[in-house]
Amino acid sequence: MALRNGSRLLKLQVLRQSVRVGLFTKPVVKSSLFSCVIKKVYDNIMPWLLSTQYIPNISQNGGKNAEFPGVKAPYVTEMKFLNETSYDPIPIYRVVDNNGAVIDSREDPNLDKNTLLNMYKTMVQLSQMDKILYESQRQGRISFYMTNYGEEGIHVGSAAALTPKDLIFAQYREVGVLLYRGMTVTELINQCYGNDEDPGRGRQMPVHYGSKQHNIATISSPLATQMPQAVGAAYAMKRRPNNDGCVICYFGDGAASEGDAHAAFNFAATLDCPIIFLCRNNGYAISTPTSEQYRGDGIGARGPAMGIHTVRVDGTDVFAMYNAVSKARQLAIDHNKPVLIEAMSYRVGHHSTSDDSSAYRSLEEIDKWTKDESPLSKLRLYIEKKGLWDEEADKEWAKECRNTVVRTMQEAEKKKKPHWKEMLEDVYYDMPPRIQKQMQQMENHLKKYGEHYPLNQHKTE
Amino acid sequence: MANLALKNTTLFTKVAKCVNDCTIRFSSHFIYFPDITKPVEGETTKMNMMQAINNAMDLTLKNDPTAVLFGEDVGFGGVFRCTLGLQEKYGKDRVFNTPLCEQGIAGFGIGLATAGATAIAEIQFADYIFPAFDQIVNEAAKARYRSGAEFSSGALTLRAAAGAVGHGGLYHSQSVEAFFAHVPGLRVVVPRGPISAKGLLLSCIREKDPCIFLEPKILYRSATEDVPIEDYTLPLGKAQVLREGDAATLIGWGTQIHVLLEVAQMAEEKLGIKCDVIDLQSILPWDEETVCNSVKKTGRCLVSHEAPLTSGFGAELAATIQEECFLHLEAAVSRVTGWDSPFPHVFEPFYIPNKWRCYQALTELMEY
Repeated sequence: MALRNGSRLLKLQVLRQSVRVGLFTKPVVKSSLFSCVIKKVYDNIMPWLLSTQYIPNISQNGGKNAEFPGVKAPYVTEMKFLNETSYDPIPIYRVVDNNGAVIDSREDPNLDKNTLLNMYKTMVQLSQMDKILYESQRQGRISFYMTNYGEEGIHVGSAAALTPKDLIFAQYREVGVLLYRGMTVTELINQCYGNDEDPGRGRQMPVHYGSKQHNIATISSPLATQMPQAVGAAYAMKRRPNNDGCVICYFGDGAASEGDAHAAFNFAATLDCPIIFLCRNNGYAISTPTSEQYRGDGIGARGPAMGIHTVRVDGTDVFAMYNAVSKARQLAIDHNKPVLIEAMSYRVGHHSTSDDSSAYRSLEEIDKWTKDESPLSKLRLYIEKKGLWDEEADKEWAKECRNTVVRTMQEAEKKKKPHWKEMLEDVYYDMPPRIQKQMQQMENHLKKYGEHYPLNQHKTE
Repeated sequence: MANLALKNTTLFTKVAKCVNDCTIRFSSHFIYFPDITKPVEGETTKMNMMQAINNAMDLTLKNDPTAVLFGEDVGFGGVFRCTLGLQEKYGKDRVFNTPLCEQGIAGFGIGLATAGATAIAEIQFADYIFPAFDQIVNEAAKARYRSGAEFSSGALTLRAAAGAVGHGGLYHSQSVEAFFAHVPGLRVVVPRGPISAKGLLLSCIREKDPCIFLEPKILYRSATEDVPIEDYTLPLGKAQVLREGDAATLIGWGTQIHVLLEVAQMAEEKLGIKCDVIDLQSILPWDEETVCNSVKKTGRCLVSHEAPLTSGFGAELAATIQEECFLHLEAAVSRVTGWDSPFPHVFEPFYIPNKWRCYQALTELMEY
């Protein structure tokens, strides 16, 4: 990131930009005197051209860093404030264009057929499940739902780059990651219904998934709380002998405003934790646009400020996501360093079933992201070009996905909810006498007044 | 000459008065009653509470390779010296400083516990635990419940220095137990001295529930006992009857136990009555059985804590006691506590529920 200045320094800027993009390559030094002179000039000028200072400074402290313990920096004699425009914005890394064509072939991860099809099929499955469960909430069959529209690419792109050992901490809009990891539609729908097969025992709202088997820490509603927790888990993993896993922590651009996000970045950097922070910057936190969430260069710009390796990625591009997370994972595990990935996307759906987003944004805006920048269509065009997929297969798979969801819902609906006593279990490892007493009170109450409770929906002893 | 003598006398009186005032102002508000019964047989050594806590953590780090100790300034030994020597002994990756951020410390600890490590976190003063309130209340306490026991924060213990210290003012004196006593899923524990601190802390560390261990900081150096050097634990959720009698039940925890023990002694000497003195030890879940059995026997109960009266934990005790012991009660349950104000600096001697306020309440309870 280069410091920017006013127009009087435009020429210098252009010159420096050329240096940065490599127009001036280092001269090949042969043994002639002339070449030596060129090399000398080059070596003296290059550091100046690459410097972020504009006016010549009177050297202080012999040009060495000052001795304050808090920073490693030299003195300058020019007083200048820095602000959000002092740096070029972090560019957005992408691999494919809107037509699913690879822009620079060196960046194509060349994933095998199975992986590609698995990625695409997961995205379609997710999108079909979202559609049907969203509708079922509208019909009052489940109490609440949150869709993942527009962010499917972030999910499968990142999940494909991880191994089952890597521990996942999610916010709530990362269901594609869970599906790709191996959670089944049945497991997800059982949670939404809170039936007896939900490992969470029907205690949490829908979409608060978790799976010990798949290394997915159970989701909770308070935003960003999972971030410092993920850092602690990464620290524990680092201390395991021959560790070859890392932690990935997903969060939205809104959650990044919480104090816990700040805590997490700082702890991860100072305690050298193998963690990938993956920010889904989808432009909105419920109704709040990012212009009211922050004034800096997104979430990404905070990474280097905290001493964290950072990259900004096109979240509608599964390959860009895949490449970034693969590299981040290697960096995290090999060097015990945190990495921040800011995945740019657009929240195509409403925030949740309790939200009507047309109250704060236009339909045209949404349209662009559904048509031109859809992660699904980009990946579909890519695999179609490879001859791995066609319209027929697409229709077939979408239909199969819908059927799976509808069938699973019908089954989930028929299943009883857990016994009411599970309401008071797992508060502690062992049930304390006072809770035992309360359970007894409720049992006595239900003996007398049971007809006023939905006991028939729950399992009996 | 006479004039000068008079002047000197005045000066002497003034100095004496000042010394006397300062004695009242700065002297400890309690006499320490050391534990004389040993929880386990075997070799003991003199330790103050700080050393006993250090010893418990030393044993944990030695026996549990996943255990780590962290917080603000714990690396060099801690501002109360509780972690002294542990970093040199176990290395920087097991005993380390964190950035200055309580919500981070609590969240980081929960994460360690989630991934299967034993986490012992220090919050420098209990007064500064509130930035971590969300992590403790919404996350640590509910992790087991919400995941159907697939995940839990049971391996997390949060230690914090709590209670009055003579001159701590608003933010180095608070007793925060009642805020956490309203949170199902947490264990809240307060020791009264070195022996109980070591045994209860080891229990907290090993307990499969997240624990908040509130250490009365005034006892760190002032309390010394013969502490068993070997590993031992004391049961959580259990109160301890320290003195037996039939006239009244005095209930407290932490430093206040020593105030109540002195009040029981005063009552025996001055009123010729004997009281049960109960150290609650575990604030949550608390030992209803021991408390109610005692009150049913004595018929009178005085609860005392440093924290403010309104919604203090004494309220929970009083409500349960009246519900469970209604037919046995000879008088209304009496609560002697800090006043409903922030904890003041220069007024501390007037603020704390010292032996004189407890003694007055006890006499009134007996005359009811």
